[in-house]
Amino acid sequence: MRDVRDALLVGRNSEGRLVRRPMSPFMIPKDYRPQLTSVLSISNRISGVALCAGVLLAAWWLLALTVGDAEFAEVRRFTVSPVGLILLFGWTLALVYHTLGGLRHLMWDTGHGFDLPSVHRTGWAAVGLSLGLTATLWVGAIWWLG
Amino acid sequence: MVQFSLPKNSKVTAGRRFPAPEGATRVKAFQIYRWNPDDAQNPRVDSYEIDLDKCGPMVLDALIKIKNEIDSSLTFRRSCREGICGSCAMNIDGTNTLACLKPISDIRGAVRINPLPHMAVVKDLVPDLTQVYAQLRSIEPWLKSETAPPPDGERRQSPTERAKLDGMWECILCFCCTTSCPSYWWNGDRYLGPAVLLAAYRWIADSRDEATGERLDALEDPFKLYRCHTIMNCTQTCPKGLNPAKAIGTIKQLMVERQG
Repeated sequence: MRDVRDALLVGRNSEGRLVRRPMSPFMIPKDYRPQLTSVLSISNRISGVALCAGVLLAAWWLLALTVGDAEFAEVRRFTVSPVGLILLFGWTLALVYHTLGGLRHLMWDTGHGFDLPSVHRTGWAAVGLSLGLTATLWVGAIWWLG
Repeated sequence: MVQFSLPKNSKVTAGRRFPAPEGATRVKAFQIYRWNPDDAQNPRVDSYEIDLDKCGPMVLDALIKIKNEIDSSLTFRRSCREGICGSCAMNIDGTNTLACLKPISDIRGAVRINPLPHMAVVKDLVPDLTQVYAQLRSIEPWLKSETAPPPDGERRQSPTERAKLDGMWECILCFCCTTSCPSYWWNGDRYLGPAVLLAAYRWIADSRDEATGERLDALEDPFKLYRCHTIMNCTQTCPKGLNPAKAIGTIKQLMVERQG
């Protein structure tokens, strides 16, 4: 379906001739200042997409587990490689942040926390807790695995 | 449609520079979006340098000074100059607000002024509001009632019922919120946007209105209401300090509640 607003992008000049009107600038961050509200919202989406991609890794891991020792060792080689570790760290961060973002949405869905001070408070809390919990998970995992 | 860049004819180019007069002490540059339907060119940014010692405190004062003293072709909407008409809504320093309520001293460096985002431009800072007005009309923003009012007076409300409308009747329809919403930028052909949904809830919440069910039916739509993803840019930007996101959240709650 075409966008009905396209009709507004045509106007007339002083002589009555049709002219193409421009669309006003809108992009974040160039034209619209990035704000906690919009940045956390898009981060929630991006982390959701990243989680979907991460599920492929988890599926590979699970499949290898059922197939045999050699296959599992191969997955293990990948997950402890620098690239694997970066992906795994990103996936953990995305998991924690997306979960906390989901909790904020649950809160809003029950009608709470819509006032701006609460939005900023829970927003910064989600950022801080994501970093803190991810770091704790990794420090814990490294300690646990030696 | 989701867009990540401006169409070719909308790319902004560098414009002219109007230097401050000799002897000016407190110089501030205003970088203002210009587009004229008569010159068949892309939009440009003109830079006007003015002496703040000879200018009122608000961004609107600067715009009026520029139009009066430097460049009479500069086009913008304004009327009340005190935040009650909503005419001078524009994007100032990267956020939508009313030029008459925005102190120049709040802005560090040059003051960038654009029309409200992702709108068709009529001229300079004047956006085409046809779509938002049509959307406002679509929610039927007036009292709908089957019951006749008492013959000897008005429809009455208790103070509690009246208090439910606080935070909504104050909306001046400047559309700062609607045009700050990324979801509206991309789906504004069918998504109603925060200002219109706030207006819709204003009538849903009115104790005298008897069309609540009908109003909710009209909003029960994947686009009209549910393109709101609680991004909260609307509440963040409202120059009147209102909370459209909360109103939209409440409509969504009512939708669930009436399903029983």
